[in-house]
Amino acid sequence: MRGRRKLGRGVAVVGAGMSKFGMYSDKDSKYLFAEAFHEMLSTVDKGIDPKDIDALYLGNFTNDFFVHQGHWGPIVSDLLGLTPKPATRTEGACASSALAFREGVFAIASGFYDVVLVGGVEEMSKRSTEEVTQGLAMAASPYEVKAGFTFPGVFGAIATAYFAKYGANREHLMNVTIKSHNNARLNPKAQFNVSIRDIMNQRIEKVRTKGGPIPVWKDEKEFLRDPEANPVVAWPMHLYDCCPISDGASCVLLAAEKIARDFTDNPLYVVGIGQGSGKGLHAKEDLTYFEATRYAAREAYGLSGLKPEDVQIAEVHDCFSIAEILHIEDLGFFKPGEGYKAVEEGLTRLNGSKPINTSGGLKCKGHPVGATGTGQLVEIWKQLRGEAGERQVPIKDLRVGATQSLGGTGGTCTLTILERR
Amino acid sequence: MELRPFNDISYERFLSEDKLMGSRCRKCGVVSVPPRPICIKCHGSEMEWVDMKGKGKLVAFTCIAIGPPFMIKEGYDRRHPYVSGVVELEEGVKVVARIEGVDGTKPETIRIGTPVRIEFLHRGGGEDSMTFLAFRPL
Repeated sequence: MRGRRKLGRGVAVVGAGMSKFGMYSDKDSKYLFAEAFHEMLSTVDKGIDPKDIDALYLGNFTNDFFVHQGHWGPIVSDLLGLTPKPATRTEGACASSALAFREGVFAIASGFYDVVLVGGVEEMSKRSTEEVTQGLAMAASPYEVKAGFTFPGVFGAIATAYFAKYGANREHLMNVTIKSHNNARLNPKAQFNVSIRDIMNQRIEKVRTKGGPIPVWKDEKEFLRDPEANPVVAWPMHLYDCCPISDGASCVLLAAEKIARDFTDNPLYVVGIGQGSGKGLHAKEDLTYFEATRYAAREAYGLSGLKPEDVQIAEVHDCFSIAEILHIEDLGFFKPGEGYKAVEEGLTRLNGSKPINTSGGLKCKGHPVGATGTGQLVEIWKQLRGEAGERQVPIKDLRVGATQSLGGTGGTCTLTILERR
Repeated sequence: MELRPFNDISYERFLSEDKLMGSRCRKCGVVSVPPRPICIKCHGSEMEWVDMKGKGKLVAFTCIAIGPPFMIKEGYDRRHPYVSGVVELEEGVKVVARIEGVDGTKPETIRIGTPVRIEFLHRGGGEDSMTFLAFRPL
């Protein structure tokens, strides 16, 4: 890095919206984006005329494969009535809309545009699990695919390396899952807005009405240990360690800092952005961290002048339970090898000292790949503005929140830090 | 052999000949498996082929119950999971590979650090023939 990075001028988030994430047979990705866009418009406190949007950056990963359409930027631009303004699609696997956000920030920081819409969209559930697995494998390295690795498999292997190095085990991963579900229970936009306890009760109720032996689980962990309830996907990744297949859309509105208060008295300023790239699984020096996340974090902290301890809440890319543990270490929230202990001690819970994935994370909120990056920002938008309802974190003077995305098997990682002033 | 370009096509061809080959930078000596046309340490492009002995240890693994179509075709499924892993070779580089000779239904019996030896799994025939890199506990 030559010299310190800086943005040409300040950029703020002035609106944010998302569709409910889920599996839809009656809604396509365009419709879901329209929902996200409408909600975003309603969150701009002083209003926005869509005609004032200078450009659209749209994250999407699998459209070519799943929908057999690749040129999705202008299609969404047309949908929203934004043509002939420029529309650009960004691709960074599961970090696609995090890259759209970054491009939008750069476009405003350069002085070229004043108001930019950034978002992401993905439509996955109309394909079979096998097709989705194959489609997502497009984000892995060809060596991993040929060795039989699936995405849960890659993270399963990472988990075994982490377990061996730090002495963690499957029980520690369960703490992540239980926490994510507890948060998602309070998030009406989450695909699974139920706690593990709710799921246990639902199952017992189902057996009661249908007949058969009533399952007895002492607690959530016993349920998660039950191979009938929580089968192996790619050991040690079980069903409840994995994010679901989802459809969904999300977007945020960016404005130049100098005009941000034309839209709201409560904008969130983009103080840190970082992005890194990483090697394939075989070429990583150590399987227990992501070099791309660490690089992205150094960039974002460097730009903002903030330290990990200054970030009060974060949404991190928990595509698999083990990933959340690695990310909170890579971002410097906890020391390497201590992330799983922090989760066990409850530090990352809603009422902990460092709440992580208050939305329920990818695991429970859902992971419509391209929509995830800006979807994370929607949560931080709500939390920092005190609009997160039942799941509002009880931190006094909540000002700084961050989102971290990971694409592929760590090929593209980003960190974004937002601040309320 | 020396004339083969340092790319994935050559790497696959070597595998079909029961050889695990990497590239070595003539300038700084860094070894890469699969081969690379550019050294990621010194960015030199003068490479030579280097033969891996095929011994190493298991550093990470997973037992996959829901695999891609080509693995399902081999007969693997939820009841018959297969094992994929990362192996660190004695030469100091790591590769991803299938792990044979272990029980995917009993992951607790598979240990990180287990010494393993190379195997080449030849599948299909004619134009569809493929060779998969695999390792098996010694």
